[in-house]
Amino acid sequence: MRAIISISGLTKTYASGQHALKNVNLEIREGEIFALLGPNGAGKTTLISIICGIVTASSGTVLVDGHDIVTDYRAARSRIGLVPQELVADAFETVRATAGFSRGLFGRAPNPGYVESVLRDLSLWDRRNDIIMTLSGGMKRRVMIAKALSHEPRILFLDEPTAGVDVELRRDMWALVRRLRDSGVTIILTTHYIDEAEEMADRIGVISQGELIVVEDKIRLMRKLGKKQLTLHLQDPMASIPAGLEAWKLALNAGGSELEYTFDTNEEQTGIPALLRRLSELGVAFKDLHTRQSSLEEIFVNLVSERKGFRQ
Amino acid sequence: MRAIAFNRHGVWAIYRFELARFLRTLLQSVLTPVITTSLYFVVFGAAIGARMTEVDGVPYGAFIVPGLIMLSVFMESISNASFGIHFPKFTGTIFELLSAPVSAFEIVLAYVGAAATKSVGLALIILATASVFVPIHILHPFWMVAFLVLTAITFCLFGFIIGIWARNWEQMQIVPMLIVTPLTFLGGAFYSIDMLPPAWRTVTLFNPVVYLISGFRWTFFGSADVDVGTSLGMTLVFLLTCLALVAMIFRTGYRLKN
Repeated sequence: MRAIISISGLTKTYASGQHALKNVNLEIREGEIFALLGPNGAGKTTLISIICGIVTASSGTVLVDGHDIVTDYRAARSRIGLVPQELVADAFETVRATAGFSRGLFGRAPNPGYVESVLRDLSLWDRRNDIIMTLSGGMKRRVMIAKALSHEPRILFLDEPTAGVDVELRRDMWALVRRLRDSGVTIILTTHYIDEAEEMADRIGVISQGELIVVEDKIRLMRKLGKKQLTLHLQDPMASIPAGLEAWKLALNAGGSELEYTFDTNEEQTGIPALLRRLSELGVAFKDLHTRQSSLEEIFVNLVSERKGFRQ
Repeated sequence: MRAIAFNRHGVWAIYRFELARFLRTLLQSVLTPVITTSLYFVVFGAAIGARMTEVDGVPYGAFIVPGLIMLSVFMESISNASFGIHFPKFTGTIFELLSAPVSAFEIVLAYVGAAATKSVGLALIILATASVFVPIHILHPFWMVAFLVLTAITFCLFGFIIGIWARNWEQMQIVPMLIVTPLTFLGGAFYSIDMLPPAWRTVTLFNPVVYLISGFRWTFFGSADVDVGTSLGMTLVFLLTCLALVAMIFRTGYRLKN
């Protein structure tokens, strides 16, 4: 799949001296949903803002569909739609007028039919003549998306799209994002909700302290960095792990009533049958067992905290 | 997708948006200058005009009309243009403008064009209101329009700069209140600078507003405090200075981009 955004050697140092981005290199593939994860202040919004032209990079280049964002900014920006984190729309305008304004601003001739289809798609058509300041937060969020889509962009940036929205709207947004992806739009989203990235993204990038520390296919990332755990609920609690089980990575939890075995999902041999045999030989009985795989959230927290530990 | 050389849809969108804002408050936008002009005529025209019948052979009531129009054009141009660009900065909607495929020239053209349109419209309303009080004859209508449009554009550019420079609403008021209003009142809006003692007349010639009002008054009556060519030259110098400042703002991203 070809790259629709190519970022190389991107750095940003603000006037305050803060190094927001440090030599970021990244390629976003056409038609994918790319989730950019990172703690607050990691540089996610700075990265998006540079690509969209709101913030000036200190060094490095960004190509959008082959167009440099500085020297060929018209071509680059006309391909991008941006839904920012904050709900900032013209409070005194109507929904339809503000979507039409955005379309014109991005160089597109008026097309009431297209604007109508966008508003209908976002369940905004019935509110088309309402003044934006009279809308709820969720509806305003939809308006922001309608504005970003009004000029038929090929790339859509969603900066924390579901922050502060209810569950129903969140599900609607996920469905919309998938529909857009299916229509060929490339989506880049930043989110604090890891489950959102886990649910939707094709690839994941993790940014921490201005550095892109991981870029990986979601499934591969979860397989590579994810751990599985087998928990055995013991018949009789134990004070310590018996001798002869050193070959397995075990931990005693819940006051000695649970034996937890952590294993790597990538390994050919999980070691579970051998462990169960050994436990039987040692006379350790258990009444129940279950396994679980670490979530993307755990992987993310581990990655970021490892990075912080490395820095300190 | 074809790259565009001039984003006319973008310019039109901003221009229309700005005019729509003006039309939403049409009543106060029109009523305010009409009432203010009428009050000026009551105070200056009736009260002072009763004691000072003519200046340079022109009835005092008619003499103050160009100054009154210029006073409103200065204030309205600065206010409209500074508000137009400061409001998106204040609310955060500026992100859309900065991320759109519009050039600095197109942004200025749209914002300043819309603000200047409003200023010229208001000037014509004031002229119409004034003609109710005093008979007005414009000797050089072409030059009247030219001076009016040039001054409106210049002060709209000035307002645009203030709107970008200002960090808050208080700062937005500082320049019009502390600089433009005093300079206008001391710039011969309500008197001929020939009426001043020689020393003060020399000091007044350092006030750029004198040249703008004088040139505009010439287009009405054919007489002026300073040479009309000098007035036109000073207007153009002010215009070019503002243009250079705007160009610098967009080149450096001053208070627009981080």
